[in-house]
Amino acid sequence: MKYVDEYRDPALAVRLLEEIRQTVTRPWVVMEICGGHTHAIMKNGLDQLLPPQVELVHGPGCPVCVTPVETIDRAVAIAARPEVILASFGDMLRVPGSSSSLFMAKSAGADVRMVYSPLEAVALARQNPEREVVFLAVGFETTAPGNGMALLQAKREGLTNFSLLASHVLVPPAIRALLSSPSNRVQGYLAPGHVCTVMGWQEYVPLAEEFKVPIVVTGFEPLDILVGLLMVLRQLEAGRHEVENQYGRSVSRGGNPAAQRIMAEVFAVSDRPWRGIGMLPASGLVIREHLAAYDAERKFAVETIRVRESEACKSGSVLQGLIKPDGCPAFGRECTPEHPLGATMVSGEGACAAYYTYHRTSHA
Amino acid sequence: MPNLNPEDFSCPLPVMEYETIQLAHGSGGRLSAELVSRFFLPRFGNETLNRLEDQAVVDFPQGRLALTTDSFVVDPLFFPGGDIGDLAINGTVNDVCMSGATPRYLAAAFIIEEGLPMATLHRILLSMEKAAKSAGVQIVTGDTKVVNRGCCDKLFITTTGVGLVPAGVNISAANLKAGDKVILSGTIADHGMAILTSREGLSFASRVQSDTAALNGLVARMLQASPAIHAMRDPTRGGIATTLNEFTAASRVGIVLEEAAIPVRPEVRGACEVLGIDPMYVANEGKLVAVVPAEVADQMVAAMRSHPLGREAAIIGEVAAENRGMVVMRNALGAQRIVDMPVGEQLPRIC
Repeated sequence: MKYVDEYRDPALAVRLLEEIRQTVTRPWVVMEICGGHTHAIMKNGLDQLLPPQVELVHGPGCPVCVTPVETIDRAVAIAARPEVILASFGDMLRVPGSSSSLFMAKSAGADVRMVYSPLEAVALARQNPEREVVFLAVGFETTAPGNGMALLQAKREGLTNFSLLASHVLVPPAIRALLSSPSNRVQGYLAPGHVCTVMGWQEYVPLAEEFKVPIVVTGFEPLDILVGLLMVLRQLEAGRHEVENQYGRSVSRGGNPAAQRIMAEVFAVSDRPWRGIGMLPASGLVIREHLAAYDAERKFAVETIRVRESEACKSGSVLQGLIKPDGCPAFGRECTPEHPLGATMVSGEGACAAYYTYHRTSHA
Repeated sequence: MPNLNPEDFSCPLPVMEYETIQLAHGSGGRLSAELVSRFFLPRFGNETLNRLEDQAVVDFPQGRLALTTDSFVVDPLFFPGGDIGDLAINGTVNDVCMSGATPRYLAAAFIIEEGLPMATLHRILLSMEKAAKSAGVQIVTGDTKVVNRGCCDKLFITTTGVGLVPAGVNISAANLKAGDKVILSGTIADHGMAILTSREGLSFASRVQSDTAALNGLVARMLQASPAIHAMRDPTRGGIATTLNEFTAASRVGIVLEEAAIPVRPEVRGACEVLGIDPMYVANEGKLVAVVPAEVADQMVAAMRSHPLGREAAIIGEVAAENRGMVVMRNALGAQRIVDMPVGEQLPRIC
């Protein structure tokens, strides 16, 4: 298939792996921030092919995984209202809240719909004028413009029965928090290609300078990841710390200005808790005051939510790269994709699910 | 609605009092009788069915019976490459013949939602008639029920099939032996992606067609080549990943697949890439996976390729004594990954 097979060429991959082997002279720890990278690395078995000195650590870039339990609980409570149709992407529906997931709420009678696009949720609002349609909008900078656009579309059409339960997060503040942590051991980063398609790579320059770490914006095919890694490793070996762009076919310095305009129109930056990590300053997006009518959090009052998390789940340490998924005592025992204790075991982009799905043999 | 089918014109819609199904069509009274005599009998009629007894009484030679039943609830009723009618025939024919049996008779039960257009029902019956003829099976008994609007989605069909297993054939998921070869009859994921792309209105994937087909002809040719087939299944819901995991669990062996050997049509692969779906987990309705001893594998593949439904047959992997209960796939880079049982529905990527 054109534009895919070129980036999966086995002969080129072998050459890149050889070049990585020749470049590396000592141990290095590199983090891929994005869950899409984690998934691609595990699915293609790239971690099995790298020289032993290169350790990959999996970052918190899985929006489903870092969505606070409180948001899930709020979505479940809103979905329970008889007038509400709650729509979201598939894997949000399986994430366990304090006592229920949205799928469990659905089988208990709530009207929960799985959609492929926020515009489908707008269409639901159009088709069901007597109902309230709430779209649970999660994601990084990648999905925020699309979700913002859905809100603006609903506003343009005069739909008063559409709202967003928004839980958006931003990547650079998370990298800052990880690098500032005393337990940090990451020496170089693969930055998320899709996020940077929207935001550009320039906002990573201050991080690279301040913390003296190489950051390479990287695509998602096997060859993209190998080239991105090679670029990070070359910088590390040479003692450089710059932002480089491997994903030039999609990412520019300034990103996508139209998408950024929509984000700025709909959302304001705010402090935000990350599941498993805690409160990070200026790391999330909330709906602006003048669009409050489209903000489900303000539209639907919910009784105080008492959050309960599994004590056995170590997803916080996994998300910070402190342990590998199979370092958690619950991994593959109490916690499996059928019975997840934490969100990292739910999402296709969660590190625990990726380990469980693709590499159980070596750890079983 | 898809394009007009020329065969609709050769079998005109019977003239009925109503244009849509009424609750009374399921009452057992006059309207029920009319529905059966004007709609069902002209399509499926045969000596046994025409007697309209409460049961079919048929002659059956001595031997081992294969018996199966399956319900069909597909949405939409009509999809690129097929409809619920031929799916209901082919699905049950395939389940019977995966034992090596020759399918002979089918029973068909219809649960119809009040308000279904008569023309829709007629079109589905035509397609069942054609599929049954082409598979060489007779529908010898059946049932129709009509439920209130909202109590089912348009039309559900249950078909039951029986066939005769030839002597000397013993096919079971529990028969895999280390060293056996795993053979796939053709491209994967066509049916599931046809349904998904038509349901989601993905116009870029409009060329994706369901592969629904009756496999009994292909199976007959395979048994001619060698009766020594160890295991065979048609990988429907859950795709070949699920079927192969069922094999490894039942036989307590491992399977190692070669990713590059598994054929996927470019348009299907494209739709899977865009939606973030793994074709290994997507349903097929006209494909089979067979596990055979290594010494007959090449002749089996050759026999399959001589049949129109097996033209792209290939050896995709091998049974191993290691990694019991697991399916492992080797990619072109030489790395391995587990191909696990799916959990719930496959979900599209969100970032």
